Amino acid sequence: MAPPFQIYVHVPFCARRCGYCDFNTYVAGPERRRAFVNHALAELEMAGAELDAAGSLRSVVNNHAPTVLTPGSGMLTSGNAAVGAAPTLASRFIHRLARRPAQSVFFGGGTPTLLSAVELARLVGAVRRIFGIAPGAEVTVEANPDTIGPVYLETLAAAGFTRLSLGMQSAVPRILAALDRSHDPARLPEVVRAAAQAGLDVSVDLIYGTPGESLADWEASLRAALDLGVRHISAYALSLEPHTPMARRIAAGQLAAIDPDQQAEKYELADRLFQGAGLHWYEISNWSRPGCESRHNLGYWTGADWRGIGPGAHSSMAAERWWNVKSPVAYGRALEAGRSPKAGGERLDQAALALERVMLRLRTARGLDLAALSDSGRAAVPDLVAEGLVRVVAPSDRSAAACPGGAEAGEAGFATQASPDVSGGGTPGGVPRLVLTRRGRLLADLVTRQLV
Amino acid sequence: MSSLDAQLIRNFCIIAHIDHGKSTLADRMLVKTGVVDQRTMRDQYLDRMDIERERGITIKSQAVRMPWTVGDQEYTLNMIDTPGHVDFSYEVSRSLAACEGAVLLVDAAQGIEAQTLANLYLALEGDLDIIPVLNKIDLPAAQPDKYAEELAHLIGGSPDDCLRVSGKTGQGVAELLDDIVRQVTPPAGDADAPARALIFDSVYDSYRGVVTYVRVVDGHLSARERIAMMSTKASHELLEIGVISPEPTPTAGLAVGEVGYLITGVKDVRQSRVGDTVTGSTRPAQEALAGYRDPKPMVFSGLYPIDGSDYPALRDALDKLKLNDAAFTYEPETSAALGFGFRCGFLGLLHLEIIRERLEREFGLDLISTAPNVVYEVTLDDGSVYQVTNPSEFPVGKIASVREPIVRATILTPSEFTGAIMDLCQSRRGAMLGMDYLSQDRLELRYILPLAEIVFDFFDQLKSRTKGYASLDYEPDGTAEADLVKVDVLLQGEQVDAFSAIVHKDKAYAYGVMMVGRLRKLIPRQQFEVPIQAAIGSRVIARENVRALRKDVLAKCYGGDITRKRKLLEKQKEGKKRMKTIGRVEIPQEAFIAALASDVDSPK
Repeated sequence: MAPPFQIYVHVPFCARRCGYCDFNTYVAGPERRRAFVNHALAELEMAGAELDAAGSLRSVVNNHAPTVLTPGSGMLTSGNAAVGAAPTLASRFIHRLARRPAQSVFFGGGTPTLLSAVELARLVGAVRRIFGIAPGAEVTVEANPDTIGPVYLETLAAAGFTRLSLGMQSAVPRILAALDRSHDPARLPEVVRAAAQAGLDVSVDLIYGTPGESLADWEASLRAALDLGVRHISAYALSLEPHTPMARRIAAGQLAAIDPDQQAEKYELADRLFQGAGLHWYEISNWSRPGCESRHNLGYWTGADWRGIGPGAHSSMAAERWWNVKSPVAYGRALEAGRSPKAGGERLDQAALALERVMLRLRTARGLDLAALSDSGRAAVPDLVAEGLVRVVAPSDRSAAACPGGAEAGEAGFATQASPDVSGGGTPGGVPRLVLTRRGRLLADLVTRQLV
Repeated sequence: MSSLDAQLIRNFCIIAHIDHGKSTLADRMLVKTGVVDQRTMRDQYLDRMDIERERGITIKSQAVRMPWTVGDQEYTLNMIDTPGHVDFSYEVSRSLAACEGAVLLVDAAQGIEAQTLANLYLALEGDLDIIPVLNKIDLPAAQPDKYAEELAHLIGGSPDDCLRVSGKTGQGVAELLDDIVRQVTPPAGDADAPARALIFDSVYDSYRGVVTYVRVVDGHLSARERIAMMSTKASHELLEIGVISPEPTPTAGLAVGEVGYLITGVKDVRQSRVGDTVTGSTRPAQEALAGYRDPKPMVFSGLYPIDGSDYPALRDALDKLKLNDAAFTYEPETSAALGFGFRCGFLGLLHLEIIRERLEREFGLDLISTAPNVVYEVTLDDGSVYQVTNPSEFPVGKIASVREPIVRATILTPSEFTGAIMDLCQSRRGAMLGMDYLSQDRLELRYILPLAEIVFDFFDQLKSRTKGYASLDYEPDGTAEADLVKVDVLLQGEQVDAFSAIVHKDKAYAYGVMMVGRLRKLIPRQQFEVPIQAAIGSRVIARENVRALRKDVLAKCYGGDITRKRKLLEKQKEGKKRMKTIGRVEIPQEAFIAALASDVDSPK
């Protein structure tokens, strides 16, 4: 059975650029934003057609071994240029390239709520028309707390959105200023209430480790987030990206350097407070009520197929990985000319797929099947256990819970039907799994390096 | 061709400091005498190797034959090039022994330097006729009167005897050639005695095998004759004999006083050693020429390929270099920190640098070298004696005494830096032998110093404390007992062999603190705390900790992050192959290189 199919739409606009951010986003006026919506709609159409082309070729692939699928270009190429394993991969994965309903849709950015609610509704409508949206699917939009009101939220809910991911970042005005965030933290409760009234589930994002942030500042932000009563929180360590204004200011000594040890302390504080409030840890930077995990994001870590729409968006279908041109102008130009906006791509070989599997599954609370490790990876396990970085969890059949608010989730079964890889629980009759300890979570990259 | 009348031969060399223009002057002479025409003149014709040319120094001496007419009489001048660095003083002494005269060439803007002075003393000891010459008189900064005075003071005579030339413009070069004919004593030898020829250089050529440069002292060497090397008793057939003018030109033989080359087909310069005496096999001489010495390495360093798979390539390269360098030794060694490599012996630091650079440049190898060290003679309580060339092999147990090599050092300096130099020498366990004024504002200081102290950034220190004005020369002067200890560096209790050092007891603490501090900055944090210690035996003298790493995780891993992260992991996986593991501590090779580099960079 095919793994879940999900769609990501990258909205590459912000009201202003924040000093720490290196995402592919631009400040642009309403015309360019309108143009983008049309380009994204065109790309969605193109994506659907590509999958049809690939899906209908199942028999062709089976009969003619040296055929290579390149869904990113919407074409099939024949020949010997392909790697040796390609035919096997192609015939194994062909069913994953057929058009099927999206189990989740996620609008990220940028600031997707810079688009009008109607524009977002058009895009969701297009996804539904072209691919279908599975019953009970998760449809999320990222939002900046100062750009949205009740009417906007109700429009989104009516269009099929189910979830709002709010960029709260901090509750401390001084820290928000250091991050160049302009919203008023006092507005958060109001926005969360309005979203709930509109029937949207809410998650908030926090950032810790901003230069100048004390442990007390962070604790204040954590408590403020918990006070919102949301069922999902993401807390991200601020990572200093090269070539950002913040990196330059730190290099010039105008801002304090980021102290990773203090970030570790803040992580541990967050984890303690969240778990104490009933939000369970389920991925490095994510906590939720049982059953309220972001299914879209879980998809990234548990091997879903994902199709990215928009400038710079990445797609991953079976072993194919490709990405679009970053510039919205080049992106628009390609689509207006009827061409794919694809900029590059690769086919992952077995080694790369295995490496990603270890790297991604290890991030989750469900962990990594020991069977997925190579011999040398397994050999590293005893030391990692002795150092308190991982533990080996016996197979169990604890079943996944349903998110209390999102009533549909349990029925339509991303969790139960498509992927068993949700929080905490194990697989019936499965193999032992490797799960990071709290200390290990903070050293997940180091652990991964020792396992691959 | 009949041999030249020895009365018409003049054998001379040029004694000069690096940069004082020896090669340029030599080039001028080649052009002036018509041996090389201006058009085909390569810059610095005599320095053949790239590295020599780049560094402006001569490592391997050679000899060129030039005709020069004074009055109506044509003479044959043999110019014997001498190496210009302290490490090669033995080779210099053999080149001098092949001559009757020496041109003492001094930069008219800088005055005489320590190495030149040392070589001048060698020449005086050898009873050579000295022709003092000031070069670069075309320079605006030239002070010929001042330095003529200095030279007159050094070698006697009047400042007016000092010739003034410019190798660059050619001014004064013809006069100098005339003077060489007039002032240098012609060679004297017994033409009827059994042949004796002094080897003053020996060069490996990949096409012809070893080319041996000789000066015939007595008798005659003929083509196709069998010859014998008096130190090794080995005999070879002469495949070719000839002179260089400026390219090798075969002749029927070489007679008394003549300078030329021999080819016997041997493939290793060790079979044709500098200082050895060549004689005829049929009528061998009874007594070798005086002054032969086995070349003996003074400074040792471990050379390791950065990429372990280059080990065979390194071995092949060392085999090749050895063919051309009788003083260079090596043997395989294994380091826990650096893997498989070689412990190499050199005449000195420059020799080390040259070999290292040739390995990197000519053979394309990336190398790490350990801090250079000298040879220690360790006597245990039970009377057994060990020669230690690698600090990590310093014996443990009851040590009765340790001896280390010492040198006699000569430092020339403007008098204003005297105090700074005395402080430096004092801090390096130096004992002053004496000091003399060369001129009003220039001083010669003489010291006995442990070679180990010179090997450890002495030259850099000297240059930085004297704004680059002081110059240094030294020669081995036996060994002396000293209070030396081995300092080990330990990571998590595991000894890192590459960082062990033998230092004076009074400096052990400072060395320990320095090394431990340096490593703390270079060793990446691990998931556990890493103590770094310096210890003498079991006694810890310095300690630092690399704190445990607490956070190493990508916060966000969605969409495109996944591809980027995987690629980073793949790269890190590749990089892990270059990690060295000491105990459980993983250390990137770059950290080792950085930790070792600051010691090795000094001898420039």
